[in-house]
Order: sequence, then C-alpha cells, then structure tokens
Amino acid sequence: MKATVWQRLDTLLRNTTPVLITLCMVVAGVIPIRLPEASFIVPMLALMSVYYWSMHRTELLPAAAVFVIGIFQDILTGAPLGLNAFILLGVFGICVTQRRVFYNKSFAVVWWGFMVVAAAALLCEWILMSIYLEMFISPKPALFKYFMTIALYPPIAWLFVRIQRSLPQENI
Amino acid sequence: MAKRPESIQRVTAPLRALAQRFAFLFLLLAAGTVLMVGKADPQIFDRARMWVTDTSAPMLEALSKPVATGAAIVDEARYLVNLREENVTLRKDNARLLQWQAAARELAAENARLRELLNYVPAPEAQYISARIIADTGGAFVRTMLVNAGKRDGVRIGLPVVVGEGLIGRIVETGERASRILLINDLNSRIPVAVGQNRDRAVLAGDNSSQPKIIYLAANANIQLGAHVVTSGQGGVFPPGLPVGIVGGTGANGIRVETFVSQSSLEYVRIMDLGLAGVLDEAPRQDQVRQEAK
Repeated sequence: MKATVWQRLDTLLRNTTPVLITLCMVVAGVIPIRLPEASFIVPMLALMSVYYWSMHRTELLPAAAVFVIGIFQDILTGAPLGLNAFILLGVFGICVTQRRVFYNKSFAVVWWGFMVVAAAALLCEWILMSIYLEMFISPKPALFKYFMTIALYPPIAWLFVRIQRSLPQENI
Repeated sequence: MAKRPESIQRVTAPLRALAQRFAFLFLLLAAGTVLMVGKADPQIFDRARMWVTDTSAPMLEALSKPVATGAAIVDEARYLVNLREENVTLRKDNARLLQWQAAARELAAENARLRELLNYVPAPEAQYISARIIADTGGAFVRTMLVNAGKRDGVRIGLPVVVGEGLIGRIVETGERASRILLINDLNSRIPVAVGQNRDRAVLAGDNSSQPKIIYLAANANIQLGAHVVTSGQGGVFPPGLPVGIVGGTGANGIRVETFVSQSSLEYVRIMDLGLAGVLDEAPRQDQVRQEAK
C-alpha cells in the first residue's frame, strides 16, 4: 500500500519526535519562573530527555542531533559554547553503549541508572567550568539542582513513555 | 521498499555501526574543540550566538508570557489575603515618608543654592530603555538572563541594568532583538563599589550564590553589618551612586552583600544609557551620532 502524503508526513513527524521533545525541554529549562532561587530549582530536562530517548529509541535520536541540541542549549543559557554539547554527547554515548544492561529491567533500575549518569554529568560540568574559568567554583549550586533533577525524573519519564507508545514500532 | 540481499547486509551492517561510532567520537571531539576555541578567543562565536538568540527571541517572548500571567494571578491572590495588614503598614510608612519628603525638599533647595555658588556642571541625564526578561538561564554555574531589547532599541554592550530597587547587572551581548544581562551574582561579574559611610573603595565579586562578596577592600577599612553598598563609578562602566545592597555578613565566608534586588521578582528591567565611554565599548559613538543626526 503506497503511503499518502499525509501518512508520510505523519511518519516523518513521529520519527523526529524525540529530537523535537529534547529541543522543547531545552527551551522549557530557560523559561523564567518567578520563584526564589529559580535557577537552582529548574531540573536538567534536556539531560532527562537525552537519557530516556537514547536508551529506548536510539535510532530516532542521532548523535548529530544531540550535538546540535547541546550547542543550542549553550547559546540559550549563556554557558561556554560546547559545554552542554560535550556533556549531552557523553550521556548519549553512555546510554547507547549500556542499553543492554537496562533492557527489560524495572523502572527503578532505570531511575537508579539515571541518578548515576546525572551525577557524572554534573561532576563533568563542574570540572569543565572550573577549568574554563581557571578558578575554584563552589559545587553547592549544582547539588540542589541534582536532587531536583533526579526527583523529577519519574513524572517526566512517565510522560515520555506515553509519547513513546504513540510512535511507530521500531524495525530492529 | 525491497529488502537488500542478505549478503550485502552482512557487509554493510558492521560498517554502519563503525560509521556511527566514528560519527559519535568525531562529534565529541568537535564539542571539545569548540570549547577550547571559545576559551582561546571568546569573541569568535559571538555573532553566531547572537544570531541564534535573536531568532529564538520571539518564541521565548511568547512562552514567557503565560508563566508571567500565572505568577501574576498567584500574586493577586496573595495580595488580597494580606490586604488588611498591608494597609496598616502602608499608613505608617506614609506618615514617615511625608516627613522625609519635607526634609528632601529643604535639601534640594539648599543643593540648588550651593550649585549656583560653585558653578557646578551637572552629570548628563540618563536615558532608559525598558525591557522584559524572556529567558532565565537554567544553568547551575551561569547567571545570565535574556531581555527583549536589542541593538534596534539602542542597547549597547556594557550598559548597566537596573530596576527600582537597585542594580541587577550589565549587558554583555546584544543582538538585533535581544540582549544578555550578566547578573551581579555571576562568577564573572566584578563591580567597583563604595561601602558604608566612608565610601571605602572595593570590588563586588559574584560567585554564583545569592550573596556576592566584597574583595579588594583596604586592610584598615572597618565594615559593619548593614552598611550600604553603592557603585563607585570607577572605571566609567557604572555610574556612581547606584544602590547595590547592604552588608549582610562579615564572617569567615568573606564579606557578603545582600542585594536589594531579589531575582525571583524580576520581570521588567530598565537599561541605563548615560552616554559614557567606559572600558568595554566597541563602536558606539558612530551609532549615537547617526541617531542624533536623524
């Protein structure tokens, strides 16, 4: 059966969903929320998105897209260009190579894996920023952000699961 | 689509995996290279960065509106709940301020008389550009914000940004439609200030926390809790006298300043343009002359 234009458009949109979702997460991370110390409260949504989608639908989130999304996040947040690109690519690499470890495991295992990966990502970011600025930065701001990020992973992951169910089956 | 013959698949599959891994490593290396190049020459990516920020500015503006409206509704509810207490406090403040008003009028008259006596030349008037905050940085180690005023509104690099209560930061990047503010809390922020009644010269250095600290203070300076911190105007970047905060702690942690402005309540800001040359300008004079000529 030949696919109509609409069906092909639909397939195209569904196939680019993980990339679009990650981009939306980047933008959502910079929207001003008028809460005290907002910058410390906002979780690292782009990190969650890259972790989830590179583990569950690797073929829909290519490395080049992760690189571009990282650069975009650097530009929007004012971080040194390449910092978030490097970290997101690192997370992507870890998830893609460790996929088999988490295959068919319970959500708690995946969440635990996220805690480890997020800690590694923040540690890497702290080290890179310290080197970049050539001074010792207090790691305290990152600690609260870390706890918010791992605490908010389950609801965001639940959202991703719902979205994943609507995507076409992967052809292994 | 017909499936490729199995023999070809057996050859291409490992090659494709290798190509994917190679692409990943190449991109990782590219990210590291971009980082190093950005460190060596910080200005090299500025135009590209501002182009992307300019393009995203309309979307960020549209997205920040609903959150601001939501926050406004919560504020209204809180305001209505505290109405009575606030009324009592405001009446007391009013009575006190009326006394201050009378004193201020007397001082202004005396000031005018003294200026006449000295043939005093007043400082140039500041022009203000109003802007709204459209993006708050989400990073843990960077404290900047984006506002929706750019070169086409007359914003230049180095201009101080204030709200009613005091100084917030200064402009570090400008595009056509949007600009980036470096907050006074940020690690890279260094502001020359004057502390206390004696106006001791020092520098306010941010360290990504909510209370920046004072450095480069003279050893014999005596700083007390509650001393006012204002900009000293040295270096020509900030005009003198802008309120920054009060000294909040003088312990082992260093001298910490509680800023007058709380960042959570920032929505609208004003960018001050005094026509100062400063140490950071790039090519402002021609733009200004061209604008005045129009």
